[in-house]
Amino acid sequence: MARLRGRGFAAVNYPTGMNLGGDPSQALIHSTTTGTFVITLSSVDLGQGLKTVVAQCAAETLGLPLEMILVDTADTDTGPHCMGTFASRGTHRVGNAVIMAAREAREIMLEVAAEELEVDAADLETDGTGFIKLKGSEEKKIHVVDLALAAHFKQGKTISGRGIFLKPKSEPVPETGEMDPDSCQAHACTVAEVEVDDETGIVEVLNMYNVYEMGRALNPAMAHQQIVGGAWMGISHALFETTEPYYPDRAHGPTDYSEYLMPGPADLAAMESVILERPAANGPYGGKGIGEMTANSPIPAIANAIYDACGVRVESMPFTPEKILRGLDALRTANA
Amino acid sequence: MPMRLATIDADYFADERDADLQVVGTPAPRADARGHVMGQTQYFEDVHYPGMTHLKMHRSTRHHALIRGVDTAPALEVPGVLRVLTWRDVPNNWYTILRLIGVEPDDEPVLAEDRVLYMGEPICAVVAETEAAAREGASRIRVDYEELPAVFDVEEALRPETIVVNPRHGHNYFTYEGHNCRRIRFGDIEKGFAEADQIFEFTYQSSPIEHAPLETTGCIVKPEADGRLKIHSDTQACYFTLDNTALTLGIPFNRLRVIGGTVGGGFGGKVDVMVEPIACIAAQLTNRPVKYVYSRAEEMQVSSPRAAERIIIKDGVTNDGRILARKITLYVDAGAYSRHSPYGTTKAAAHMPGPYTIPNVWVDAYCVYTNRTPSSAMRGFGVTIADFALESQMDRVAKALGIDPLVMRLQNAYRDGDMKAHRKLVEGAALIEVMQRAAELVEHELPAAYRAMSSTDGRGA
Repeated sequence: MARLRGRGFAAVNYPTGMNLGGDPSQALIHSTTTGTFVITLSSVDLGQGLKTVVAQCAAETLGLPLEMILVDTADTDTGPHCMGTFASRGTHRVGNAVIMAAREAREIMLEVAAEELEVDAADLETDGTGFIKLKGSEEKKIHVVDLALAAHFKQGKTISGRGIFLKPKSEPVPETGEMDPDSCQAHACTVAEVEVDDETGIVEVLNMYNVYEMGRALNPAMAHQQIVGGAWMGISHALFETTEPYYPDRAHGPTDYSEYLMPGPADLAAMESVILERPAANGPYGGKGIGEMTANSPIPAIANAIYDACGVRVESMPFTPEKILRGLDALRTANA
Repeated sequence: MPMRLATIDADYFADERDADLQVVGTPAPRADARGHVMGQTQYFEDVHYPGMTHLKMHRSTRHHALIRGVDTAPALEVPGVLRVLTWRDVPNNWYTILRLIGVEPDDEPVLAEDRVLYMGEPICAVVAETEAAAREGASRIRVDYEELPAVFDVEEALRPETIVVNPRHGHNYFTYEGHNCRRIRFGDIEKGFAEADQIFEFTYQSSPIEHAPLETTGCIVKPEADGRLKIHSDTQACYFTLDNTALTLGIPFNRLRVIGGTVGGGFGGKVDVMVEPIACIAAQLTNRPVKYVYSRAEEMQVSSPRAAERIIIKDGVTNDGRILARKITLYVDAGAYSRHSPYGTTKAAAHMPGPYTIPNVWVDAYCVYTNRTPSSAMRGFGVTIADFALESQMDRVAKALGIDPLVMRLQNAYRDGDMKAHRKLVEGAALIEVMQRAAELVEHELPAAYRAMSSTDGRGA
C-alpha cells in the first residue's frame, strides 16, 4: 500500500458578462456638500467586493482619494436598475457604469473649480489627495470639500453624473449557433499536485499553482481572495460535494452539513498564484470578470493529477474514495 | 501552510498595460470585511417587525404524481395557524424566471395545481404566528396522490416512449427556435474525422451540487401604510426579484420595494425568486409582516442545485497533436422546470469547443427535463462541468499520443484573430501565456518553440 503522488494541468477561459448580453446596469453619482461622492446603485455585493472595486473605479476617474467615495446600494426605491450579481458581470458592467457616471461628474467638478479659481477648466488637474489644482501651480488649488460647498451655495450647481453599461442582446442563429455571447474572456492555468492513498482511495490536494489573466486586477488582494476561495470550491466540487451521491438515483440526499461533505481548512492545498494582465478594451480600466471561473480549472487539474498519480481516469464527479478504489481494482484486474 | 498574496507579473503584455493608475490596482480593504469579522453586518433576518408571521411550505413527497385532493383543514386546527395558501391564492400562478428576457413558456407553478413533478415541490403555504406552528400546520396537510412513472436519466428522458415530465413543454427537452437542442455547426465535422489519424471518444458525468451558503434563501415582507410591500431579501438581483414578484402578484411594479445587498453566500443560488412571491401574497392576505426562510434541508434538497451534466466528446486528431474535429453532445439535467437551465445550456454551447482553435466543430447541447429538483444557476454553470470534460479530454488525448499535456494545449490554443466555433473573432487571448507562466512556476520544461509562442501572433492560416 502506498501514497502515490501526481501532477495535473488544466487551462481554461471564461466569458465575462451575461451570456448573449442584454443585461444593463446603471449608476448615479453625486457630491454631497461634504465633498463626498455617493455612488447610488441597486447592485448586490455578494461578498466578492463589488462595492470596493466600483468605489476604486470612481476614485480613479474623479482623481480623488478612496475615502471621499461612498456606495449606497440595493434599495430599488432609490437605486437605478441593475440586472443582478451573476455571470461574472458585476465588476465589468457596474464598473463601467460607475466610470461613465464619474466622468460626467468630474467634468462638472472641474467646471466648478475653474469658476472658483478663475482659470480654464482644461488647465486643471486632480492631485489624488482631494485638491483640484492648476497644472504646474502649487498655489492655485481648491479642496473638493470647499468646492462642493461653492457648487451648492454659490454657483447653484449639482456635481453629479449618470452612467449605464449595456451590451446589446445577441440572438443566436438557430442552425449554426453563430452568436456574440461575451464581452471578453479571462484565462487560467492550474497545476494541481495530489497524493492518492491506494488503500483508502482518499485524494489529498497538496499544492495548487494558479496563473490567471484577468485583464486588470482592479484590487489585487480581492482578486487573490477570489482565486483562493474559488480553488477551495473547485477542490470541494472535485472531491466531495453532491446532493445526489447515487445520481441519477435520488436516494441518500444529504440534508445538513454533517451529511453534505465539504473540505475543511486542513484540506485546502498550499497555493501559489500569479496574475497576468492583458486589459480588455471594453473593461473598466481593462478589468475582466473572474468571480466564477476560479472554481473551474482546479477540477480537471485534480482529475489529471489523479491519473498521473495512480492511473485511474475519473470520468464522473465527485472523485470519491469509492470511485478511486474501484478504478484501482479495475486496473489490477486488467493487468492481472 | 504558506499563503502569499498573488504576484502580478507585469512582464507579460507590458505594452498593453496602463501603468499610471492611482487607486485602481491597489489592495484596498473590502468594504464589508470589518463588519463581517466584528459581527456587525446586518442581514435580512436581523430585521424585526412586531406581529411578524412565519411561512412554511407543505411539499410533495412524490417524484411524479397527479394530485387527487388536498386537505388543508387539519393545518387550520393547529393553534396559531392563520391561513393556508394554495395555487388558487396566487394571481398569476405560472411563470418562468427568465420571462424577463423573453424565455418561454411559463412552465412552473408557484404552488402545484393538479400534479407534482419533483419531490419537494411546494403545494401549500402555511402562515402562522410562530415558526413552530407554521411547521406543524404544514406537516398536517394531507395530499392524495396518484403516482406516475418518474424519469431520472437524461438520455432515457429523450426517448420518444418516455412519459412527458412537464406538459407545458410537451416533450422532455427545451426547444431552441424549433430545435430540440442548442446547436453549433462550424466547418465539416465528418470531413475532419475522415482526415484525422485517430479518433478519441469519452463520456464525462457530474452530479448535482449545492451552493451551500451559510445563510439560507429567504425574505421578510412588510406591508407598508401606503399599501406597498417592502421586501427584505438576500437576493443576488434586486430588480429580478421585484419584476418577477410583481408579475406573479399581478400588480404594478412600483407597488414593491426590494431592499437587499447583503448576502451570506450566493454562488447563483439566490437568483431564482423562490420565496418572495408567495411571502408577498401571504403578507397581502394577512396584512401582517411575513418571514419565509428555507431550512437547511430545504436549501440542500429543494433549492436548485448545479445541474448534473453528461458530456460526450469525440475528437479527431493528427498523430502530432492537432485537433481537426471535435463533436460534443451535452445533456444538462434541468430537473422538472426550466429556471435558468435553458440559458445555461446555451452558455455551455457557446463555450465549446474550449479555448482551442479547431476547424470542424459540432455541438448539440440539450436542456433535458427529469423528475428531480430543478437545477438552475450556479457559479459558472454551463462552463464548470464543460471544463472538467474538456480538460480531462485534452490530457487523455495527449497521453494517448505521447505528447506533453501543455504542448498539446499550446499547439491548439486559440490566438488573436482566430475564428471561434460560434463565429466570433478571438481578441484579447492569453491562454498561451497563462500556460507558459504556469510551466515556469512549477519548472515544467517546455521546448523553446513553445516558450516563444504568443497569443498576439496570428496563425496566418
